[in-house]
Amino acid sequence: MTNLLALTRMRVRLALRNKMFFFFSIVMPLGFFFLYSAVFAKSVPQKVQYLLGPVLGLNVMGSFWGLSATLVSFREQGILRRFHVTPATATDMLVSSILANYALTFPTTITELLLAKFVFHVPGLGDLLSVFLLISIGTTSFGSLGLVIASVTNTMQETQVLNQLLWLPLIFLSGATIPFTYLSSLVQQIALFLPATYLVSGLKRAIVDGHGPEKLLLALGSLTAWFLLTLFLSSQLFRWEPEARISKKAKLYVVATAIPFLLLGLWENKYGRVIAEEKVAIKRLEQADRAERRAKQKDKQQNPDAPDQDDSDQEH
Amino acid sequence: MANPVLQVENLTKRYGDVHAVRGISFEVAEGEVFGLLGPNGAGKTSTIEILEGLRDADGGRVSVCGFDPKTQSGELKREIGAALQSTALPEKLKVIEALDLFAGFYQRRRNKEDLLKRFGLVEKRTAFYGQLSGGQKQRLAMAIALINDPKVVFLDEPTAGLDPQVRREIYDVIEELRRDKKTIVLTTHYIEEAERLCDRVAIVDHGQIIAQGTPRELKQASADKTRIEVRLAREESEETLRTLEGVNDCRAVNGNYVLHCQRPPQAIVSLVKHLEAQSNELVSLEISTPSLEDVFIELTGRRLRD
Repeated sequence: MTNLLALTRMRVRLALRNKMFFFFSIVMPLGFFFLYSAVFAKSVPQKVQYLLGPVLGLNVMGSFWGLSATLVSFREQGILRRFHVTPATATDMLVSSILANYALTFPTTITELLLAKFVFHVPGLGDLLSVFLLISIGTTSFGSLGLVIASVTNTMQETQVLNQLLWLPLIFLSGATIPFTYLSSLVQQIALFLPATYLVSGLKRAIVDGHGPEKLLLALGSLTAWFLLTLFLSSQLFRWEPEARISKKAKLYVVATAIPFLLLGLWENKYGRVIAEEKVAIKRLEQADRAERRAKQKDKQQNPDAPDQDDSDQEH
Repeated sequence: MANPVLQVENLTKRYGDVHAVRGISFEVAEGEVFGLLGPNGAGKTSTIEILEGLRDADGGRVSVCGFDPKTQSGELKREIGAALQSTALPEKLKVIEALDLFAGFYQRRRNKEDLLKRFGLVEKRTAFYGQLSGGQKQRLAMAIALINDPKVVFLDEPTAGLDPQVRREIYDVIEELRRDKKTIVLTTHYIEEAERLCDRVAIVDHGQIIAQGTPRELKQASADKTRIEVRLAREESEETLRTLEGVNDCRAVNGNYVLHCQRPPQAIVSLVKHLEAQSNELVSLEISTPSLEDVFIELTGRRLRD
């Protein structure tokens, strides 16, 4: 336990001294938040609320990037092997990575929720327990994915290539960037195999529809299963030595981390509600949008001289 | 040996086709400084890393502080301290934080301030690891190796890559540990390091120990007591010089001839007579006791740093 605390404290400390961390984990997520809220949602509270799930999802998913890079650089520089002569274990190294990542990501997500509430005046933050659980399990499971990536790649270059390869589908197919319903139905079906999709849609349901954890068992359960599997795999594949190479066969292990989502994707494609729920949410958003527009037009007709703040917001 | 802290018996290790360690055996007593001396690639680091529990041996029996590094590495790691080769700490970690971090891994801890003082790092306590010089990094590595007041300290090439002055600084630190009766196992490819710091030395070559003993024993046993280095006006064959009365061995080294002899006066007389007969001349002559370097050359036929 003390090993874990000592290592976690070190990781947090190092991250706070790292400019890359500052940019990728604070500036960029908040940048996305303002881009989504002020530009894409045009500061319309209801739209900001709808996009809050995707924004938080991006932040949470980004975890794997920094974690894999840090662990690989520790291994390449021979820092890990120094820890290997101490009583610290592989589990200490892995779990402290996840804890530190959680401690570093959580404040940004809280900041985003507070900004949404008090700057963009969203109608509500939904079911807070669900939001908290999804953020927590999302951050830990995506962090754990980073640990698997660090374990299956031999050099920093390989790590970055794999990160890119995973990042792009995660953000484009999950509904975190392009609204899910805008994707072709084939792509939607593919997206149902991605953990990110369940994270993002779960967050939307929690925030927009106020679903409690009991209604989000699918997202919470699948992400938890994925977390346990990735953590187990990374502990099996963990390497202390820079020159230790991973066998080609072991790289296939990484495929195993996809198993819960393969099964879930098949099930969801056949019986699932994720796409349907998303369609309902979008329809409701469009209806609200139309209603608001109509209300405004009416307002304008009744009082043509009044300065119209909201309308100008919508134009830009 | 009474109470050996460390026992190694017929240790072997291979990496694919490379047989890095081929049946190494030795024991280290409590309070002793034991050195593994040999050229790069001799198998020293593989041996020491097996003792530290970093690598698994392929064969043989190892006991460190009563633990088997392969099956009891958790217990073992609480009792040992190590300064590794090719390692680092995070650049943005401060000296005092590094000591704190490693102290966190052990129940038995030494006072950090004492360690800082002893290793000359008091002024650097808030400096980042990345800002330290090579010597300072090595001193920090040794301070960290001692943070749990270990029963055995492993120092793998503690002065490799450091300039001579910094190397002497590290020697002073190790000598202090030796006075404190710390049990130390160190590897080196510097003869003077082994000679100066170690109570006992094992000479390792091609994964085997080819000689073992105190530096004095090694020098006496293998090189025949006296070494005479001569410079001649004209070349002579090693073969002829070797046959002179009183001379046991002769090697040409850098244009000089190094004669090993048991009875120096007799050797000098016969050498001078021989040179007169050949109308050759003696330019210079130097008598010394053999160094470990001579021992190494004699045992392996090579210089240590070829």
